[in-house]
Amino acid sequence: MTEGRADAVGIHDDEAARKRLRRRYAAERRFRAYGLGAIGIAMLALVVLLASVTRSGLPAFTQHELTLEIHYDAELLDPDGTRDPEVLGRADYAKPVRAALASLFPAVEGRRERRQLAGLVSKGAVFELRERVLAAPELVGTREPVRVPLSDEADQYLKGKIRTDLPESQRKVSDRQIAWIEDLRGRGLVHQVFNFRFLSSGDSREPELAGIWGAAVGSLLTLLVTLLLSFPVGVAAAVYLEEFAPRNRWTDLIEVNINNLAAVPSIVFGLLGLAVFLNFFGLPRSAPLVGGMVLALMTLPTVIIASRAAILSVPPSIREAALGVGASPLQVVVQHVLPLALPGILTGTIIGMARALGETAPLLMIGMVAFVVDVPDGPLAPATALPVQIFLWADSPEPAFREKTAAAIMVLLAFLIIMNLAAVLLRNRFERRW
Amino acid sequence: MTAVEPTNATKVRVGDLSVFYGEKQALFGVDLDVPANQVTALIGPSGCGKSTFLRCVNRMNDVIDGCRVTGSILLDGVDVNDRTLDVVQLRARVGMVFQKPNPFPKSVWENVAYGPRIHGIASSHAELDRIVISSLDRAGLLKEVQDRLHEPGTSLSGGQQQRLCIARAIAVSPEVILMDEPCSALDPIATATIEGLIDELREKFTIVIVTHNMQQAARVSQRTAFFHLGEIVEEGETGKIFTNPTDQRTQDYITGRFG
Ligand SMILES: Nc1ncnc2c1ncn2[C@@H]1O[C@H](COP(=O)(O)OP(=O)(O)OP(=O)(O)O)[C@@H](O)[C@H]1O
Ligand SMILES: [Mg+2]
Repeated sequence: MTEGRADAVGIHDDEAARKRLRRRYAAERRFRAYGLGAIGIAMLALVVLLASVTRSGLPAFTQHELTLEIHYDAELLDPDGTRDPEVLGRADYAKPVRAALASLFPAVEGRRERRQLAGLVSKGAVFELRERVLAAPELVGTREPVRVPLSDEADQYLKGKIRTDLPESQRKVSDRQIAWIEDLRGRGLVHQVFNFRFLSSGDSREPELAGIWGAAVGSLLTLLVTLLLSFPVGVAAAVYLEEFAPRNRWTDLIEVNINNLAAVPSIVFGLLGLAVFLNFFGLPRSAPLVGGMVLALMTLPTVIIASRAAILSVPPSIREAALGVGASPLQVVVQHVLPLALPGILTGTIIGMARALGETAPLLMIGMVAFVVDVPDGPLAPATALPVQIFLWADSPEPAFREKTAAAIMVLLAFLIIMNLAAVLLRNRFERRW
Repeated sequence: MTAVEPTNATKVRVGDLSVFYGEKQALFGVDLDVPANQVTALIGPSGCGKSTFLRCVNRMNDVIDGCRVTGSILLDGVDVNDRTLDVVQLRARVGMVFQKPNPFPKSVWENVAYGPRIHGIASSHAELDRIVISSLDRAGLLKEVQDRLHEPGTSLSGGQQQRLCIARAIAVSPEVILMDEPCSALDPIATATIEGLIDELREKFTIVIVTHNMQQAARVSQRTAFFHLGEIVEEGETGKIFTNPTDQRTQDYITGRFG
């Protein structure tokens, strides 16, 4: 061993070297701990969020119903015996409900008392009875037990959301009503059932009748319009800019502006939609078509930027290979570049879509904040969207809407999870396997 | 073109070719005749414009922003930059093999079938299959890939990939094949295979090959052109260039004194 070599070993083997090494390992361990800590905080935040939303939202998926012995009195509903749908539709179905309630509590006397008793049952019972009779006119004149929804106050009481230790004047359910409810429960007439109404109907002033389906369909239609507009336009723009456009001042200017557009606050797009689509072109207010167009404008820069990045990452050697055997520029793009760029393009598009799904502000500007009871049946029908529905319910005074708000958030999150799953599946489907 | 063509007629005649990348000039009035059914080797130090020259012949420079070409490149007497000549057709007649093997991320079969398919050369699937098989055979790859035709072309070894690229190029039945350092990424055995292949291909195709390997140029080519700083310093029969160069710079380069 030469002198120099021994020295070299010494440098890397003495006390100072070992100390340096220890410090390096310590730094590495510290860094890992930071990383783990960061992930832990993020996971904790997520768990707390999901847990609190689920805890307050889950009750909205059940609803208490009361079994009433309904007498479809022919005298009352169809005095002439024509079974004419128009007559049946106009008839007063509140009376059979009140009669059925009265038969359960014959002792109840007086207007005020009877009103309180009727208040146990949802106003929706009347509509549901009408639907039943219209669907089956032969029911007129018969009796049958029917399950009708309880009012939101009674439902909240049964779910334990109303504090009975408060003085009567400070709560929505009176002592009498509580007694009746307990009586009905004792007779086995009250059932807690899965709340199909919440998943299948539109908005309502009555919390127990309000559903998320109208907003969900509104969101779906809106997103469909957004996708149909922003995906082809965005991909075409990206392909043109990356593959065909000459590099000059104009394309630089366009590029800068696309990046700027991506950073524009969403409400500005709402104002644009209001000014251009509604006021200038006279398109209908509150329509998913307009909402979709506004969100498409908002999503477009995201799609373009993601698509350009994906196209840029396709190795130039593939383009040269295709050009070299005589493919035309269009063939190169369609047969080689786009298939390889597709996973990236799809990921970008779905991220844009997920952002569009959660967007509220621009929809407020174009009137999608209206109170819409009907489930929209097309892109021109008045509609609202999931985040706007959440906003509307969160703003409502009835305490029953609080659980609906949380439940609507759960539905929105479910939508997002489904979209992200779809993104992962699509990616795996199109990912280059070699 | 004409019915009777002497075997060693000029296939490509380049006259006064200059190429500019923006302000920078890469080729300065180059003249070169490429005879048919021979292998012409282009040698010269790095950055002297060999690739640039090659890419002019099938107009691959078209896609480079700011690249300008002047002068004439006659393929069978027709200028390749002529407006009447379609660039897609030109590239079907002048194939190219690149320095780095660049198979498509598709199956071996698809790689070779792609060219004939887009040019509509085969009228049926069976005919296309015949073309694929014979191209792979001529590229000396068939035996190795016979039972993995539907595996990805990118799963082959480097040398196999390069031969796949050659098969892809000859599947379109080009007249000229341009090769830009086709063996630079390969080991000596794969290189020997491809050199043997080039020698066979010469019968049917005109080949222009760029190489940094003097022995390779001497082995496979009949003619050699020595490029230096964007000009052709010397050009002639390979034997003469390597044994008795007239220019001092050629002499220095071949004997390894610079480059
Ligand atoms: N796309 C381009 N843009 C600008 N300049 C370029 C471009 N391609 C090549 N050049 C320049 O043109 C000159 C010739 O390049 P070329 O690639 O033809 O060299 P080469 O002889 O093939 O070199 P090598 O043996 O290293 O491959 C070089 O100076 C190079 O910098
Ligand atoms: Mg080169």
